[in-house]
Amino acid sequence: MAWKTIDRNEPVVDAGATPVLTEAIRGKIESFFPRYPTKRAVLLPALHVIQDALGFIGWQAMKEVADLLEIHPSAVFDTISFYTHFWTKPRGEKVVTVCRSISCELLGGREVLEAVKDHLGIGEHETTGDGKYSIAVEECLAGCDHGPCLLVNERMHKCVKAADVPALLADAGNADHGLPRSDLFDGPVVDDDRDDGVIASTSDVVEMQDSN
Amino acid sequence: MGSYEPVLLKNRGVEGSCTLKVHRAGGGYAGAEKALKLSSDEVIEEVKKANLRGRGGAGFPAGVKWSFLPKDREKTILCVNGDESEPPTFSNRVLMESDPHMLIEGIIIAAYATRSQVAYVYLRVEFHEQFHILQLAIDEAYAAGLLGKDVLGSGFDLDVYVHRGAGAYVCGEETGLIESLEGKRGWPRIKPPFPAVEGAFGLPTVVNNVETLANLPHIMTRGADWFQSIGAGSSTGPKLFCLSGPVNRPGCFEGAMDMTCEELIYGDDYGRGMVDDVGVKAVFPGGISMGVLTGDELGMKMDFDDPRNFGLLGLGTAAAVVVDVETDMRDVLLNVSRFYSHESCGQCTQCREGTSWMYRIASRIAMGAGRIEDLDLLEQVSGRMGMMPGYSICGLPDGAAFPIRGLVQKFRTEYEEHMGRQRDGRAEAVLRVLN
Ligand SMILES: Cc1cc2nc3c(=O)[nH]c(=O)nc-3n(C[C@H](O)[C@H](O)[C@H](O)COP(=O)(O)O)c2cc1C
Ligand code: SF4
Ligand code: FES
Repeated sequence: MAWKTIDRNEPVVDAGATPVLTEAIRGKIESFFPRYPTKRAVLLPALHVIQDALGFIGWQAMKEVADLLEIHPSAVFDTISFYTHFWTKPRGEKVVTVCRSISCELLGGREVLEAVKDHLGIGEHETTGDGKYSIAVEECLAGCDHGPCLLVNERMHKCVKAADVPALLADAGNADHGLPRSDLFDGPVVDDDRDDGVIASTSDVVEMQDSN
Repeated sequence: MGSYEPVLLKNRGVEGSCTLKVHRAGGGYAGAEKALKLSSDEVIEEVKKANLRGRGGAGFPAGVKWSFLPKDREKTILCVNGDESEPPTFSNRVLMESDPHMLIEGIIIAAYATRSQVAYVYLRVEFHEQFHILQLAIDEAYAAGLLGKDVLGSGFDLDVYVHRGAGAYVCGEETGLIESLEGKRGWPRIKPPFPAVEGAFGLPTVVNNVETLANLPHIMTRGADWFQSIGAGSSTGPKLFCLSGPVNRPGCFEGAMDMTCEELIYGDDYGRGMVDDVGVKAVFPGGISMGVLTGDELGMKMDFDDPRNFGLLGLGTAAAVVVDVETDMRDVLLNVSRFYSHESCGQCTQCREGTSWMYRIASRIAMGAGRIEDLDLLEQVSGRMGMMPGYSICGLPDGAAFPIRGLVQKFRTEYEEHMGRQRDGRAEAVLRVLN
């Protein structure tokens, strides 16, 4: 979304003056530079990398990434506040993202969402006391053929029934999708993919960067 | 229709369909090889001749769009629109899951035709599994010399990068996508300038949908005449249709654009009818933004033209969701109006306020506190927003107006009946909650 921001009822977490972006995180972010003609364009990938590594993007992280990309921290916050995916306060180890759009609703999506809330004892965009789970609610997840559906982190759960929810949430492996993964964003944060010719084999983009 | 031979989904369900090996075994990358031997203008001519109309919703011919690029440009950016957020659309997802190399091949052809040396695939963030599949396929293509320097030994260089979104419907709008790519909030831009002239990073830019691009390899190998032979009139070529809701066989189906909505729901090759044979009350046949059909209007053809005869905006994403007779249309109105009020980016007053008002009115109606005037009010608000009357920057509010106006006009009797049954004093109680 959208012009109405979510997740802003509580103050953005400020870690104080202690740096939060490790060398490894910074290296990972920098590995995206050759892909785009401007540093600002690396903001979305950078935010993904940070959220994957730290769990959320607090004010300190915003300031540091602003520095790295040579933009104002308010520009970082502005972008973050527009997108539902980014959290500015700690979220649970696992985020359950429930679809609330039309196809899922017609097949019982509302009941599924209620069951998730009941079972975890929290509301939308909240986190359980033990830090295990957060709930997010999204519009259509493009999985309408197997609605009602929800994501647990990266894993899509299909044709979920309200009655299945307790077992689904109790299953420790509910976030594993078992597919081969690319570690482009959240794999081990290492700098060497910049030299392997696969990811950063840019030709023109680098030139464009120079001429900008 | 039994004779339709799938093209876009030919590898769906085939073991290892995401691998280069399987893709190549089925003739993959022959289209790219062929294109790279032609001049870029020749490729554009062939695509124009095929009249490949955009599959992302607007139906604009791809070849024509490409020819708007300034002739003297030095750099071009290709953006692949994989934001796929229009409920209930999932055909890009199915394509990427079952044959990512078909998309990559399409990207090579489009990039070559538009002389782009970099392509960004904008993927909605919720496509996690699809991201991994696509990224691994891209890595594989680089390793095989299909991307990077000197693609297939042609001297043409192309880099393909996935750019992941972060949860915003409006980033599927082409200039919202460009802003998001540049690291900003996804606020659509005022046009002109059009992206073809000044798009991402100030450079000439082409935005095409995933499915549009997946057609290119086949146009290259089989020719424009073959493409024109599928379907009729200006609605030709292979097409993916999505079907969801309480049907027996929801899914993504490939066919020609000569079937009716009824066939899509009831056909043996498609939806196989409703669960428990319940009746159909309504269908949103082209994604919710195009508008709504009643159960008596299922004779509508799923092509680019016929939807207008039923008061719809167009074919849209050709994704149909079926509402059964037992569903309360107040809930449908509520769900649909909430979507737009949540997804409006807020730049334009008529869209920001209009979508919010419509949602609030719909909430009132859904809570049993509607007034007959509310129906008129909804119609009125829906007529005063959008790009078509010139009130807004992008097409989101037009996409809100069509379904909401359609629901009110086509199901007015039902809403009035509900209102007639409301208890006295209910309105006051609800208003206290809402305000
Ligand atoms: C609010 C809004 C959302 C859109 N979302 C998408 C989308 O998710 N995917 C898409 O391909 N096109 C979307 N579009 C259409 C794009 O603006 C654009 O027309 C399309 O990507 C062009 O590709 P095509 O010509 O290949 O269809 C959207 C348009 C609007 C107004
Ligand atoms: S019409 Fe709506 S969504 Fe589009 S730019 Fe304006 S406010 Fe944003
Ligand atoms: S409506 Fe739930 S995934 Fe599309």
